Amino acid sequence: MGGQGALFEYLLRLGDNTLILGHRVSEWCGHAPVLEEDIALANTALDLIGQTQMWLGLAGEVEADGRTADDLAMLRDVWDFRNVLLVEQPNGNFGQTMMRQMLFDAFHFELLSDLAGAGDDRIAAVAAKALKEVTYHFDRSSETVIGLGDGTEESHARMQAALDLLWPYVGEMFTPDDIDAAMFEAGVAPDLRLLRARFDSRVDRVLKDATLARPDSSYAQTGGKTGFRHSEHLGHLLTQMQWLQRAYPGAVW
Amino acid sequence: MTPDLPTVWRWLEDVPDPEIPVISVVDLGIVRDVAWDGDTLDVAVTPTYSGCPATSVIAMDIETALYGRGVRNVRIRTRIAPPWTTDWLSAKGRAKLREYGIAPPSPAGGPEACPQCGSANVTRVSQFGSTPCKAHWRCDDCLEPFDYFKCI
Repeated sequence: MGGQGALFEYLLRLGDNTLILGHRVSEWCGHAPVLEEDIALANTALDLIGQTQMWLGLAGEVEADGRTADDLAMLRDVWDFRNVLLVEQPNGNFGQTMMRQMLFDAFHFELLSDLAGAGDDRIAAVAAKALKEVTYHFDRSSETVIGLGDGTEESHARMQAALDLLWPYVGEMFTPDDIDAAMFEAGVAPDLRLLRARFDSRVDRVLKDATLARPDSSYAQTGGKTGFRHSEHLGHLLTQMQWLQRAYPGAVW
Repeated sequence: MTPDLPTVWRWLEDVPDPEIPVISVVDLGIVRDVAWDGDTLDVAVTPTYSGCPATSVIAMDIETALYGRGVRNVRIRTRIAPPWTTDWLSAKGRAKLREYGIAPPSPAGGPEACPQCGSANVTRVSQFGSTPCKAHWRCDDCLEPFDYFKCI
């Protein structure tokens, strides 16, 4: 796939990552361990949903078939989503949510840094805007992972368990396919191998301060960003997120 | 009669931010450009945060204010590049924030002083606050909590 088709797919990946993670994080609203964390999680979710509006809005423009950001978010089913598996994983406990956030933020920060200087002005503009917010997200998620990892015996054990659980979902973010290659050749997307090196050094610094051990295995679950095989969790998430449009198709207010 | 642009800017100075009504949308630095395109007034607005729920209210408030002044056709354009920065807050806006009890943004990454008592002895409670643009801090002298306008 090349040209506009590849660009559309690439924009879906960007927008679906922020949409699905934004929705997951918003599930904490009213449930976080303390009020400050509740507000912080809700604010993070809000930033991600805002970024989704820009990415999926741009995807709709590129597709030129009359679909809006809302149509793309609310009227597609599991097999049409292009988010990485990491972001659809359940929240688990608070530590697991923050570990997932830190791993995604580290990837997101490095990716947006490159996209902000990309050959496509529209993508560069959204990336530059989102980067400011994501810089803040990483500051918070990394500090929290460090605080809990280098915390009590209990919090340390939970953070190590979260890292072990989520690590197999890291590799997919850096596994290139035809879409990544087409976007790299078009001067839009970065070389994922170089991105991985920067991700590793960023994450290693956090894990060291958090006294956590990075798993040895490089095994990677894949199938999210290609849409080939999502985990079972995405369908359940969509039944919540898309409930209103499923119950009342086409409802507007 | 078509009002000249300095007049339009003065009108916009009277449109308050919906979340922090002591400062105007002009003080906040989100109105980037105003221009006539025939008989349509084009207003370029740069959102603060991607997901800020106030963005659509701000666009409506600007339209309402201009219609109220007799402008017939208003077109709000969302301009995302260059991204909004707190450097665009006006000096007047910063002073008004402080008077209102919100510490203005500082490149040091935290408030220079408590907006209530002026003490520099302050502690961060949370990186996020009551709106996307603010963080939550506390003064260790007067013991009052306060909002800090995040520097981005």
